[in-house]
Amino acid sequence: MSSPESGLAVEMRGVTKAFPGVVANDHVDFSVRTGEIHALVGENGAGKTTLMNLLYGLIHMDSGEIMIDGKPARITGPRDAIALGIGMVHQHFMLIPVFTVGENVMLGREPVIGPDFYDRAAAGRQISDLTKRYGLALDPDARMGDLPVGLQQRAEIVKVLYRGANILILDEPTGVLTPQESKELFAVLRDLVKGGKTIIFISHKLKEVLEISDRITVMRRGKVVGHLTTKDTNEEEIATLMVGREVLLRVDKKPAKPGAVAFKVENLTANSDRGVPALKGVSFDLHEGEILGIAGVEGNGQSELMEVLAGTRRATGGRILLGDKDVTSFDARTERDAGIAFIPEDRRGTGLVLAYSIADNLILGRQRAPAFSWHHLILRLIAIRDWARRLVKEFDIRTPTIEAQARTLSGGNQQKIIVAREMGAHPRVLLAAQPTRGVDIGAIEFIHRRIVQERDEGTAILLVSAELDEVRSLSDRIAVMYEGHIVSFETPETPEERLGLLMTGGGEAATGAA
Amino acid sequence: MTAISQILHLLITANLWQATLSAAILLLLPALGGVISERSGVVNIAMEGMMLAGAFFGVVADLAWRNPWLATGVAILAGGLMALIHAVVSIRFRADQIVSGIAINIFAAGLTVFLVNRIYGLQDVGHVNQSELLPNLNIPLLDQIPFVGQVFFKQNIVVYVALGLLALVQIVLFRTRLGLRIRAVGEHPQAADTAGINVYLIRYGAVITSGLLSGLSGAFLAIGISNTFVPNMTDGRGYIALAAMIFGKWTPMGAFLACLIFGLGEAIYANNSTIAVSPYLLSMLPYLLTLIVLAGVVGRSSPPAADGIPYVPGSE
Repeated sequence: MSSPESGLAVEMRGVTKAFPGVVANDHVDFSVRTGEIHALVGENGAGKTTLMNLLYGLIHMDSGEIMIDGKPARITGPRDAIALGIGMVHQHFMLIPVFTVGENVMLGREPVIGPDFYDRAAAGRQISDLTKRYGLALDPDARMGDLPVGLQQRAEIVKVLYRGANILILDEPTGVLTPQESKELFAVLRDLVKGGKTIIFISHKLKEVLEISDRITVMRRGKVVGHLTTKDTNEEEIATLMVGREVLLRVDKKPAKPGAVAFKVENLTANSDRGVPALKGVSFDLHEGEILGIAGVEGNGQSELMEVLAGTRRATGGRILLGDKDVTSFDARTERDAGIAFIPEDRRGTGLVLAYSIADNLILGRQRAPAFSWHHLILRLIAIRDWARRLVKEFDIRTPTIEAQARTLSGGNQQKIIVAREMGAHPRVLLAAQPTRGVDIGAIEFIHRRIVQERDEGTAILLVSAELDEVRSLSDRIAVMYEGHIVSFETPETPEERLGLLMTGGGEAATGAA
Repeated sequence: MTAISQILHLLITANLWQATLSAAILLLLPALGGVISERSGVVNIAMEGMMLAGAFFGVVADLAWRNPWLATGVAILAGGLMALIHAVVSIRFRADQIVSGIAINIFAAGLTVFLVNRIYGLQDVGHVNQSELLPNLNIPLLDQIPFVGQVFFKQNIVVYVALGLLALVQIVLFRTRLGLRIRAVGEHPQAADTAGINVYLIRYGAVITSGLLSGLSGAFLAIGISNTFVPNMTDGRGYIALAAMIFGKWTPMGAFLACLIFGLGEAIYANNSTIAVSPYLLSMLPYLLTLIVLAGVVGRSSPPAADGIPYVPGSE
């Protein structure tokens, strides 16, 4: 306690916070040593972010106490937290896209000349001081919205440092980063710790946690279920604590037995929402009984590719063949009728009607099928109910009733509704975009198993994921996309470094690919 | 042909431009208010009601105390109080800001008619004496400049004040710390809050300011341009100011240019006796101009990102 090296930077005792219907933090004890990187892990909804929002003063605890640097602290708002040297980099960046980097960093503590004039020159100087000191290059006059995500995050960190933070909270900082950007971030974090800062790192990616942290606190359902020392633990132990049972982290699958070509894409081109070319001539074959994974940094045409294939975006050129049928100009309904199923990346916006019941969501897009409606006019409610009950059971959707609104379910269970609907139709081709994004480890395990099972039954599966680990562990072949092209076809054994290089436009394409 | 040449002839008279500037200022004040309010993230369509309240209470005060300055103060305060209602409803209670705005406009119309009946019975409200109106002010020497002198330097005192306010708001919003914070709150209140800025304080301040400015505009209308209160005398000017704000892309200078276009239409209409076109057609002019310009010239204009969204602390 006497020397800052061994003392506690943060100590939270018996912290409780209830929201209507749920206790988000239930007598949580949490402590962080000065100068360490402390990982706070847990599934979605475990209460990690709530705990950190309490520490940062964004919300207020019902009971409990907080000590900062050994002294009791009253934190009634972010202002108090900032004054105590606490800074938070939020999962959803707190940046204003139309402001400059300088304005974003300075906001709340702006340099001023004269009566109240914002001093842009002083802002620039302060930022270049900070960026030099911590080795974080940034242009203070760049418009924030024009910067890539990695640099935006860097601006968030600079923003926190500018406020004099000694304790940095990073909420899921790597969720939006490429592997390279994550490596850079880790280097920055290590430098910061060397410079005397304390870091709290919220994550559910166990590999990263093991790589970067000194100690780990695990939360489950609002409670702390484990304090671990990183060098004495492993992925399996953390995962078991997080989920509350043993979890299979590896995808267990037999070698693929690819059959005939089910889906043939030839020289496909399409535009993005902004009207600029997003696909610049994509070609591949997808075989029955194989999983083709697409690796790439988000925004390199993967989303557009999936939408064109699913019939929700128009191709500007090229061909799509399902078997020997040309389906290029099919709309979403005819594609679906032809046997193409689609798990869209935007679960809440595109995948579900949140205000509909689970049962209604489970027949969405198939309401015209004779099994579910009489001459497309009258719904067969009993058949729909039976169907929904079957899928809820088969896909382990945790809900009290099939009549519950989809919005009342957790993200993982919402995702299972979509997976159940799309796989329940036994499609010929399954297009899976980010099938496990924002989903708990338990649900990820389940969805992965179902995807592999579907493959073994002969479905041709195209997988897009921002998680390189997911692409590598599920896929039988990997196509790397960069700026609207497939730059290389790789095997799942390809090292992560090589994939990362290809994803950012470097590296040589594998020979004999495609 | 004759009508067009008559209008063209009108366009080179200083009288027309003097009237244009005066009409534009009447719109500019509430438009500035709208810019400030919406830049802070609170949609404000209640300038009409705030203006009307300002006009009414300004006249009442002027008739009672025979002092235009005091009356103007009362008008400004009345506008501010109407704005406070909007602020409490939409910031504190997070109600739909459009609905709140409509309610205030209807409330102001009803309240003023009711009070006119209550205070003055079936008679007229009465007229304010010439000497108790907000005065016209000729700037010595400058008003002698041909054409320009009449347009810019023979105006009501409110016109000069409003032009000063225009410059002030433009500078404050885009050059000062306060402006940076107002815009931050309107773009991303969570970001502002986490940076230690008091989101509610800024929003209350901005909304109330919009009421003060609208109230001043009401005073200008009732005891500057006119000399009495007539029910519903604002005649949709608060809404035109709203259009000017959008048209001006939520910037003070942009809104001013838009107000000038509307003001020109109004000035041409006011001079309709010299033009051989139905005055009804002429009265459509400002609105037609808006449609044409909005459709073709300005392109898409986008409001502040968090405009109209109530702020809930701790939300994402």
